[in-house]
Amino acid sequence: MSSTRGPATGSLSTASRAPEVNEDIRFPQEEGGSSVKQRRRKREIGTIIRSLGCCPTEGELHDLIAEVEEEEPTGYIRFEKFLPVMTEILLERRYRPIPEDVLLRAFEVLDSAKRGFLTKDELIKYMTEEGEPFSQEEMEEMLSAAIDPESNSIHYKDYITMMVIDEN
Amino acid sequence: MGSGTSTRHHFAFQNAERAFKAAALIQRWYRRYTARLEMRRRCTWSIFQSIEYAGQQDQVKLHDFFSYLMDHFIPSSHNERDFLTRMFTEDRFAQDSEMEKCSDYESIEVPDSYTGPRLSFPLLPDHATALIEAFRLKQQLHARYVLNLLYETKKHLVQLPNINRVSTCYSEEITVCGDLHGQLDDLIFIFYKNGLPSPERSYVFNGDFVDRGKDSVEILMILFAFMLVYPKEFHLNRGNHEDHMVNLRYGFTKEVMNKYKIHGKEILRTLKDVFCWLPLATLIDEKVLILHGGVSDITDLELLDKIERNKIVSTMRCKTRRKNEKQMEEKGKANRKSSAQEPIPWFLPQSRSLPSSPLRFSSYKAHKTSRSSSIPCGGCLDRRELSRQVRSSVELELERCRQQAGLLVTGQKEEPSRSASEADSEAGELQKPTQEEWRQVVDILWSDPMAQEGCKANTIRGGGCYFGPDVTQQLLQKYNLQFLIRSHECKPEGYEFCHNRKVLTIFSASNYYEVGSNRGAYVKLGPALTPHIVQYQANKVTNTLTMRQRISRVEESALRALREKLFAHSSDLLSEFKKHDADKVGLASKQLCHYQQK
Repeated sequence: MSSTRGPATGSLSTASRAPEVNEDIRFPQEEGGSSVKQRRRKREIGTIIRSLGCCPTEGELHDLIAEVEEEEPTGYIRFEKFLPVMTEILLERRYRPIPEDVLLRAFEVLDSAKRGFLTKDELIKYMTEEGEPFSQEEMEEMLSAAIDPESNSIHYKDYITMMVIDEN
Repeated sequence: MGSGTSTRHHFAFQNAERAFKAAALIQRWYRRYTARLEMRRRCTWSIFQSIEYAGQQDQVKLHDFFSYLMDHFIPSSHNERDFLTRMFTEDRFAQDSEMEKCSDYESIEVPDSYTGPRLSFPLLPDHATALIEAFRLKQQLHARYVLNLLYETKKHLVQLPNINRVSTCYSEEITVCGDLHGQLDDLIFIFYKNGLPSPERSYVFNGDFVDRGKDSVEILMILFAFMLVYPKEFHLNRGNHEDHMVNLRYGFTKEVMNKYKIHGKEILRTLKDVFCWLPLATLIDEKVLILHGGVSDITDLELLDKIERNKIVSTMRCKTRRKNEKQMEEKGKANRKSSAQEPIPWFLPQSRSLPSSPLRFSSYKAHKTSRSSSIPCGGCLDRRELSRQVRSSVELELERCRQQAGLLVTGQKEEPSRSASEADSEAGELQKPTQEEWRQVVDILWSDPMAQEGCKANTIRGGGCYFGPDVTQQLLQKYNLQFLIRSHECKPEGYEFCHNRKVLTIFSASNYYEVGSNRGAYVKLGPALTPHIVQYQANKVTNTLTMRQRISRVEESALRALREKLFAHSSDLLSEFKKHDADKVGLASKQLCHYQQK
């Protein structure tokens, strides 16, 4: 499966990583060549970095973009500038993805009564008011998959299991 | 007391902090998840699109090859000459007796058992709506009415200019729709959601009504009917698929022959005529230009306005006109100045062009500046002398055959004085377009916008060019336009703005690649011509699926398609891989490169 999808999702081996980064950047661009639109940078660069296995916060992403963009923002981010920064991130194993058990504990923190689930309203409240809030679109997307329509709540343990399987 | 409260505060603060961190963690994780989903979606998209365009490129290349052979085939024996003339005259018979055939539909009897819609002319609005209803109930229009409708349609189209000029002062709103590709459900949905065409509700359909989907005939019937009923408010532009040669490959020809076993051929013949009379573009309030593909750096609206558009029967193949030598010299010089060098077909060794894919960046860069890649062959090479000899000898044979067959030379534009004219099955009495005219039309029907500035050959499709924001700007400025609406490319959301919102792509065939692959959209232009987009997805199932499920389904479909391609070319691939063993190029790109080539 993963062989036809571009960069592998497995472990990060150092030397072979760099050429895969190349392909990844170029692959989704239709006619982009070696540039990525800055106008959509939060989504484009974020998408790219995240699909390479990293899991930065929005804030970290913002800093990263500031690091790679031009002094005078042209609307593009140069690949030549992006590549070394990205390679370093990969080599340092920065922004590691979150293990399943840590994720579970995060949900448990929000579920103060330890019921095993969060109501839809609670989830919305936390996701849109705390942390780095979701946009309405992101919230709706998450709800569509997470919420059990009968109970109108999210049983987070099952939810996590389902999502993690899907990842692989 | 004090310490109690402060401890409580402390706890409260800690709890709040933990909640904050927990939320942030979940969000961080979720965003990564969606990013990966997005990446999968794009890969899937890339796969589908590459397969689609590679197919188009294939056809163009194959066509170039055969055109070249035809151009340079020297009949060395009497038999071969006969063969050639037989090939040409077969169509010629059809051409000349076409006039009779057109009004022949009257002789076709409609049995009493026929329960489908019956049309009478002049058409009334009720007829058109009856058609929609009938097709919704899966009825089929009888061949007699099909031919009748096509005949009337052609009569109407002939009166229209190349560029339709529409004004918003007559109707309150104008709706522009993009590619439909035989997907009747989408058309019905648009009319249902947006309302039927009427004097108060103008429509522009921007080409590519046929091919790929299974109801191309029905769509054409509906569109033509409304055009006849509301000629001032209903407008159609030609797309690159309104072309009998493209139809051969992409399913429309097959659909017609399947649905109309007896009269299919006749219908197709008539359609060939109708298609070449479709207008090339629509201009709203002299401000918004609507055309199917795009523009190029040489797009000349004044020229496009003046050409005889029906001369360009197919953008796949064009024998361009050879004037007498003196004119040829002049024109040749002029052409050479205005455009890049004459394209050398891709299969000749001198050709610098290699079939390129979006992923082969080494060869890609080489083409950035020149436009000499595999553009559909215009037939003008340096072997003029040779071809002229061939042509004149074949032409003489044709004359003889024509006389033998007792065919009358109809009063249309014959070229007895043009000794150097090509002997083409299409040509007959029609004058051929010049190389420049032909290229102008190909450009507006096949081009795609790109992010970078400049203008380069559209090697992926094999026709037209990629045009950058500067080309758009130049054109808009030159003709004092506000923006461009085009179609031709499938977009996930059914529409896409680019070039600083100066170019709008509108695509109306939802679920084009696969159920769940994309939305369709149409755009309404209100007062001051501000665009208002409406999206839809004409499939009940997709609305209930989550994004994850939708992407998985589409992905599966794409991978299946890819697997089939790989399987078909497995032996070729193996040998290629063995050759490139040392390279560390990613697997996916390599595979795409290769089947792009094949």
